[in-house]
Amino acid sequence: MAITLSDEVVRNAIDTAALTRRLRGLRRRSRIKALLLVAPLMLFLLSVFVLPIGLLLTRSVDNSDVSLALPNTATALSSWSSEHAPDEPLFAALAADLKASSRERVAEAAKRLNNYESGIRSSLLKTARTIRKAEAPYQPAFVEADPRWATPERWAALKQAMPRLTDFYLLAALDLQRDEMGRITGVAPENAVHLDVLIRTFVVSISVTLSCVLLGYPLAALMARSTGWVANTLLILVLLPFWTSLLVRTSAWVVLLQSRGIVNSALIWLGLLDPTQPLELIYNRAGVLIAMTHILLPFMVLPIYSVMKTIPPVYMRAASSLGAPPSSVFWRVYLPMSMPGVSAGGLLVFILALGYYITPALVGGPRDQMVSYFIAYYANQVTNWGMAAALSAILLVAVLVLYALYNRLIGIDRLRIG
Amino acid sequence: MSAAFSFNRIVAIGLWVVGGGTALFLIAPILAIIPLSFNAEPFFTYPMPGLSLRWYNEFFSSEVWKLALRNSIIVAVFATLLSTVLGTLAAIGLSQSDCPARATLTAILISPMIVPVVVAAVGIYYAFAAVGLLNSLTGLVLAHTVLGAPFVVVTVTAALSGFDQNLMRAAASLGAGPVEAVLRVMLPLIAPGVASGALFAFVTSFDEVVVALFIAGSEERTLPRQMWSGVRETLSPTIAAVAALLIVFSTLFLATIQWLQGRAELQKTHREE
Repeated sequence: MAITLSDEVVRNAIDTAALTRRLRGLRRRSRIKALLLVAPLMLFLLSVFVLPIGLLLTRSVDNSDVSLALPNTATALSSWSSEHAPDEPLFAALAADLKASSRERVAEAAKRLNNYESGIRSSLLKTARTIRKAEAPYQPAFVEADPRWATPERWAALKQAMPRLTDFYLLAALDLQRDEMGRITGVAPENAVHLDVLIRTFVVSISVTLSCVLLGYPLAALMARSTGWVANTLLILVLLPFWTSLLVRTSAWVVLLQSRGIVNSALIWLGLLDPTQPLELIYNRAGVLIAMTHILLPFMVLPIYSVMKTIPPVYMRAASSLGAPPSSVFWRVYLPMSMPGVSAGGLLVFILALGYYITPALVGGPRDQMVSYFIAYYANQVTNWGMAAALSAILLVAVLVLYALYNRLIGIDRLRIG
Repeated sequence: MSAAFSFNRIVAIGLWVVGGGTALFLIAPILAIIPLSFNAEPFFTYPMPGLSLRWYNEFFSSEVWKLALRNSIIVAVFATLLSTVLGTLAAIGLSQSDCPARATLTAILISPMIVPVVVAAVGIYYAFAAVGLLNSLTGLVLAHTVLGAPFVVVTVTAALSGFDQNLMRAAASLGAGPVEAVLRVMLPLIAPGVASGALFAFVTSFDEVVVALFIAGSEERTLPRQMWSGVRETLSPTIAAVAALLIVFSTLFLATIQWLQGRAELQKTHREE
């Protein structure tokens, strides 16, 4: 008995293949265990966050409204080209669709068709009302309802709207469109609003990031060289706003920046301002920049401060003792060593600023609203999911590219809070 | 030498002026709004004609504000519970030495911190409309859990990076099952990290307005949602009173977080000794 046992022990010890197999099995089990722990949050996030955003984004290229409402017309148009005049089979197909599809469906399709020819919406709805009661041949009934039905251009517009996928919204988000020949051109100047909004979003975010660097760097440096209660007090002065509700800080600025608010009163009291001409500080670009800089500043100060704290002061002393004048000590030693903090804070502030909505909406004027405002506008006020989704896609791509860059340069595990 | 000395003086004074000025810029608006909430008149200007508590009275006697406060607390409590449980489990999974694709998984789990909240809000609005979760506190709790959980993942992962995994092996060798080992060995040691994560999740929900704007109806209005209407429609000093209350609240939160982080530091140094 004892002999067989020791035999087995020896055999097991020698049988490295079996051992490796067992080890691999164990590792697989512990890998599965780790994944099982991550799974609940991952599944939750996929269903309440990733999937909803994904579904929204499909709306930016989705064009099935028209072909779902008018399936027969879609088939008839596929063998028709705009050199020919519209003939009775086309009219019959559209008539069959208008009779078969529900009014809501036709209304959705009509709304969508208006993107391809302005005025087609009311024309189609009016035509649908007469056609539902009409009998074959349909062509005269259509032309009587709206003479445009006799033109090939009208049917060309319908044909253009038939594919299930469209680049219409993504192009429109960049102020582009396709002409009758399918070439990409700019939209009419009076409709070109989106590019302006995208550029504005970028300009405001860059300005806020730069002012955060200019204000945040000296403050972080001051914090890093202070000790004791001074350092603690400064840290609290940075952390308290960081912890205070965004809406509290924004409403504080709304109150302070009024034309008869505290900022103006103080300037008048100091004699720096003519009492009859207070500064316009709110509902304009100045207000947006002041409030956003204030709100995002802690995200700049904290990363710079944490990097500066790790720079040993002996480096600067070594540089001076080797004869470097104070300015080169700063430019050639201190600044390069603190740059990782500046790039971390700068990227973070820029990423966050790109998506800002609440603060510009409350302290900005109509000309200061950023892309988030227009996403909310298209989704909430005019229910244009295609435009809301296309602008979301552009904003999301910009942010994710910067996020990847952040991950590459700084490392996502360095993303610290508080 | 004396030139360098005076240059250093100038730099120090300059730093104090610019850095100190920036620190004042950070704190001034928060401090300036508090006295205005005690103004006897419905204006936002100094000097104030007299002091009164009428705006606080208005807040605590208004049905709309009381409902908003109640909704905010309910939603924040449930969202905190959910995101703390899910986030802590995920962080424990991510900290296993055998966890595959850790970087990718972490990047996805943390993405709600980075994705613009309007995009998330419109997406959630679009999806919740299809499944009937609009205008419900449940929908709000689910959405806020998504936004709060990444903070728990980050803080608990940080706490676990200082946790000695050998302790789990020791517990197992002494006969503890995996669940018992987590509950009785790991959790007590990473408790400050879990608690900070929970606080972050609570504040995230309590402060969230964009998702609430989209998916909450008038019955589910939260405190920030009500403030948003207040600032946009009738700017009354009641807003200042609510702001002052929330500032007191966030000061308490900050103090708690500092205390928790102090405890975590203390634990670390104890272990290293």
